[in-house]
Amino acid sequence: MARPRTLFEKIWDNHVVERQDDGTCLIYIDRHLVHEVTSPQAFEGLRLSGRKVRRPEATLAVPDHNVPTSDRSKGIEDEESRIQVETLSSNCAEFGVPLIDMNDVRQGIVHIIGPEQGLTQPGMTIVCGDSHTSTHGAFGALAFGIGTSEVEHVLATQTLIQRPAKNMRIAVDGALPHGITAKDLVLAIIGKIGTAGGTGHVIEYAGPAVRGLSMEGRMTVCNMSIEGGARAGLIAPDQTTFDYLKGRPMVPKAGAWEQAVAFWKSLPSDEGAAYDKEVTLSVSEIEPQVTWGTSPEDVLPISGVVPDPAAIADEGQRQGVERSLKYMGLTPGTRLQDVAIDKVFIGSCTNGRIEDLRAVAAIAQKALAGGRKVAEGVYAMVVPGSGLVKEQAEAEGLDRILVEAGFDWREPGCSMCLAMNADKLKPGERCASTSNRNFEGRQGPGGRTHLVSPGMAAAAALTGRLADVREFLG
Amino acid sequence: MEKFTTLTAVAAPLPMDNVDTDKIIPARYLKTIKRTGLGAGLFSDIRKDGDGKGGPFVLDQPAYKNAKILIVGDNFGCGSSREHAAWALLDGGIRCVIGESFSDIFFSNAGKNGILLIQLPPEEIEKLMDDASRGANATLTIDLEAQTIRGPDGGTIHFEVDPWKKHCLLNGLDDIGLTLQKAPSIDRFEGGQKAQQPWLYGA
Ligand code: SF4
Repeated sequence: MARPRTLFEKIWDNHVVERQDDGTCLIYIDRHLVHEVTSPQAFEGLRLSGRKVRRPEATLAVPDHNVPTSDRSKGIEDEESRIQVETLSSNCAEFGVPLIDMNDVRQGIVHIIGPEQGLTQPGMTIVCGDSHTSTHGAFGALAFGIGTSEVEHVLATQTLIQRPAKNMRIAVDGALPHGITAKDLVLAIIGKIGTAGGTGHVIEYAGPAVRGLSMEGRMTVCNMSIEGGARAGLIAPDQTTFDYLKGRPMVPKAGAWEQAVAFWKSLPSDEGAAYDKEVTLSVSEIEPQVTWGTSPEDVLPISGVVPDPAAIADEGQRQGVERSLKYMGLTPGTRLQDVAIDKVFIGSCTNGRIEDLRAVAAIAQKALAGGRKVAEGVYAMVVPGSGLVKEQAEAEGLDRILVEAGFDWREPGCSMCLAMNADKLKPGERCASTSNRNFEGRQGPGGRTHLVSPGMAAAAALTGRLADVREFLG
Repeated sequence: MEKFTTLTAVAAPLPMDNVDTDKIIPARYLKTIKRTGLGAGLFSDIRKDGDGKGGPFVLDQPAYKNAKILIVGDNFGCGSSREHAAWALLDGGIRCVIGESFSDIFFSNAGKNGILLIQLPPEEIEKLMDDASRGANATLTIDLEAQTIRGPDGGTIHFEVDPWKKHCLLNGLDDIGLTLQKAPSIDRFEGGQKAQQPWLYGA
């Protein structure tokens, strides 16, 4: 019998075009997503060498990082941002690449629209010049971020030169308690393995807690694989995956659908497949998670207190924590629930999907019933991940609840996840954010980020401090 | 891509772990449509913190003005996939970074721009960090062919490098040109895939 293989190995083997003696492979790329920030130099490279895009129809472009989240009818005010978005449009026109432009209702964050359009499918190789391409692994696709030189390589050849990654399996036992979400789960995982824990590996998430997640939740988990150092995350496709995909615009047509599903069912890791690293954790007891520092691994339960560097023996580590606390403006020993916030950001490719907005609106509605709104002095923005998410939320009336509760309801895009458009923190401002990176300056120079789940962000908005979402759930 | 064969240059110490790509080049510098000129944003947010002891940031100190080598800690280049991080280093004159470990995507981006990344165990990094803190006397010689680093005292350290990456760096090879020569294999692959998974081709 053939050697048992992991999901990753099966996808890899299916895509090897050529293998060199040293193990380096030329692998075929099924789908290529493109955005405005990491592609201009790649198209320029093609132009300079007189090369074409090999499979424009396997490529899809969308502007997301620079787009304004306010009224778009006036275009983009910032000149550099405007040029980048316009350059994407002209490059797509020149090279025949399909583009969803800024004013299309389908526009949104590239990692939200891929799955939404059904472009993302099990067993595929998918790349994008963006590290959060790992999101698409939720469908059992091998999806990873690449640099601009590699973007150019894929445009020209539909392949990449790669060495196979190692296999890591994270098994999550138990069931998520009430009020605990996929975001808390993945933050807890990063807290456990560290930001370099997955370097060189592809992480396969398994176990009952992962199987029990919706596709939205699975995307949240795979999205943050890169924060654990892994270029890609994977979850084996199952009925939840097929149900999500069925009927989406870019999935296999009738007839081919059954054939595709049969193939997808052959993908999950074989019994007895070997992993290079295995980690197990149980989530039955976990609390809502919140980051206190400037790395996603700096995470604690909401009942925790700001750590004391004096208690750390290792000098390098101690200095790191001291630096983080100074940047974050936090005093050791402070209860996290006593930390006051200025802004709240709900959105991003981590938590900008419909399920996330429903969670926020549900809490806002409870608060309204008790006569509460967004706390005074706090600005809370909700940025849907795509135009279609926004449309659906509006059809469900979520926007009205949010606006009534004092949230600002915006147009879709990356927004304050990385502050390339006009949405940013001012120096020293503190933000509860549903995004994925709390790096120094990520949400604006000098800005301070606490990563949390959507429910936790809503609770922070309503109380004006980091708060336990479970207080709102009753 | 510029070849990398040997390099003799001043090495600057940056004793920090987890230097993410937002630290190497903040997002506000990514609005360019060019590969050049990004040196202006290199380490821009941590530059203003100086050396932490009231002095200027290491690359702003006279002794390190011409540094072409950086000595760093663990997990350098983590975070985003922005190749701008590699372009900014290159534009800032850096051709080689020596550290305990690097993120996967940054590792690949650096190689494609002729920047050699060398991974060494913590003890060796500590020693090089000491050497590098000697300022303008901290000259290292890196020989990629021989895979050695020669320090200011003449001692040498051997390093490992992926054979394919070494070949590309030594010859300044453009992968795209090489891969395009394999078009017949790619055509063959597509033919096979289309037969087995026709839905990937719009069926
Ligand atoms: S939402 Fe944030 S993390 Fe996601 S693609 Fe946009 S900038 Fe990157």
